[in-house]
Amino acid sequence: MIGFKEEVQLAIPALRRYARALTHDADVADDLVQDTLVRALRSQHLFNGGELRSWLYTILTNLNRNRLRSLARRPTITAIGDNDAPDASSPEAGGRDIERALATLLEDQRTALLLVVLEGLSYREVAEVQGVPIGTVMSRVARARLQIRAYLENERPMLRRVK
Amino acid sequence: MKDNDLPVTDDELHAYVDGELPADRRAAVEAWLAAHADDAARVAAWRLQADAIRARYSDVAGQPIPPKLQLARMSYASRPWKLAAAAGVILAFFLGGFVGWMARDTADDVPDAFERLAAQALNAHKVYAVEVRHPVEVAAADAEHLQQWLSKRVGYPLRAPNLEAQGLHLVGGRLLPTPTGAAAAFFMYENPSGERFTLYCARTKSPNSAMHYNAAEKAGAIYWVDSNVAYVVSSAGERKQLWKVARAAYEQIEPRVSRQ
Repeated sequence: MIGFKEEVQLAIPALRRYARALTHDADVADDLVQDTLVRALRSQHLFNGGELRSWLYTILTNLNRNRLRSLARRPTITAIGDNDAPDASSPEAGGRDIERALATLLEDQRTALLLVVLEGLSYREVAEVQGVPIGTVMSRVARARLQIRAYLENERPMLRRVK
Repeated sequence: MKDNDLPVTDDELHAYVDGELPADRRAAVEAWLAAHADDAARVAAWRLQADAIRARYSDVAGQPIPPKLQLARMSYASRPWKLAAAAGVILAFFLGGFVGWMARDTADDVPDAFERLAAQALNAHKVYAVEVRHPVEVAAADAEHLQQWLSKRVGYPLRAPNLEAQGLHLVGGRLLPTPTGAAAAFFMYENPSGERFTLYCARTKSPNSAMHYNAAEKAGAIYWVDSNVAYVVSSAGERKQLWKVARAAYEQIEPRVSRQ
């Protein structure tokens, strides 16, 4: 049987991917993952034996929410996605478009969509991570898709105001 | 036949894309999409979005894990015999993280607030640790009252960690100001040779962080933020000992994050 730490270890690549998509910044993302891992190892005794992966996503999601709250007091946050230098590894311009589109979403919508689409969590798992009913998750995913589609079709940055 | 006559809802279209649709509705949804071009276009757009998201970020999961995220470096808790040997590495690791943190957030006032708090705690340590007659306001004999009083003033339930295993007994505590004028709790500990350690706790809006180390004029501090509370452990002793005490305190402080 696989141990707690081994299972955490196996989740690190996916956590980094999720954190990167949430933050659009490699350094911020890895800081988030680091804090998540520290928290998880330390709180191992609190882990109740459920789905470890969901639990790790829950910690990371909460830490990111705290981070955004503390950033929200600063006006400079309006520049999400603008400050990072063009990513040489970015396959094509489409990568930048989707990144910008994601940046226009409300945090809860972005989280829900990324967990479903990128991380492959079920609606039920996302509901657990976000602490809301499944119906709320579905409506967040639906709104996220609507907003991204509107953004990509218009390609106008008018919606990129800070919420 | 009956099921296929039910109109398809938006929720079902999303569930279809996300692989969450019950098998018995699949045929109905596919028939619906064949007959409704608008909905078929929406479903196609959602799939393209998902493809773009995966194309943009899936590489990250394939990249090598950077050293600071190597779990082996964080698994020290279960291997105390390795701790002394690892302490230097861990400190370097936290220092490295700290430098990165500062470099990243030079324009951000949050780390500054955190830094100011740590500096304030370190100053308090320097002032009170050398105090002979009145190092604390409330002595450890009154520990229960001390904790209730400080909890009330600081605004969250707090408890002085038991550091007897580190050879430290509680001297007592006092109420102190934070740089922003809020209340902070300050606990003082002493070992048999009279060396003093202090723990400073205050509410903060800074985000959670790993442990940081800083030293100034012979006294050092290890500090971190956990669930909107900042903790600063200070002493004039050597770093290794400070690290051990900070870790012991850290492990005893009830994590305030939990699953629901």
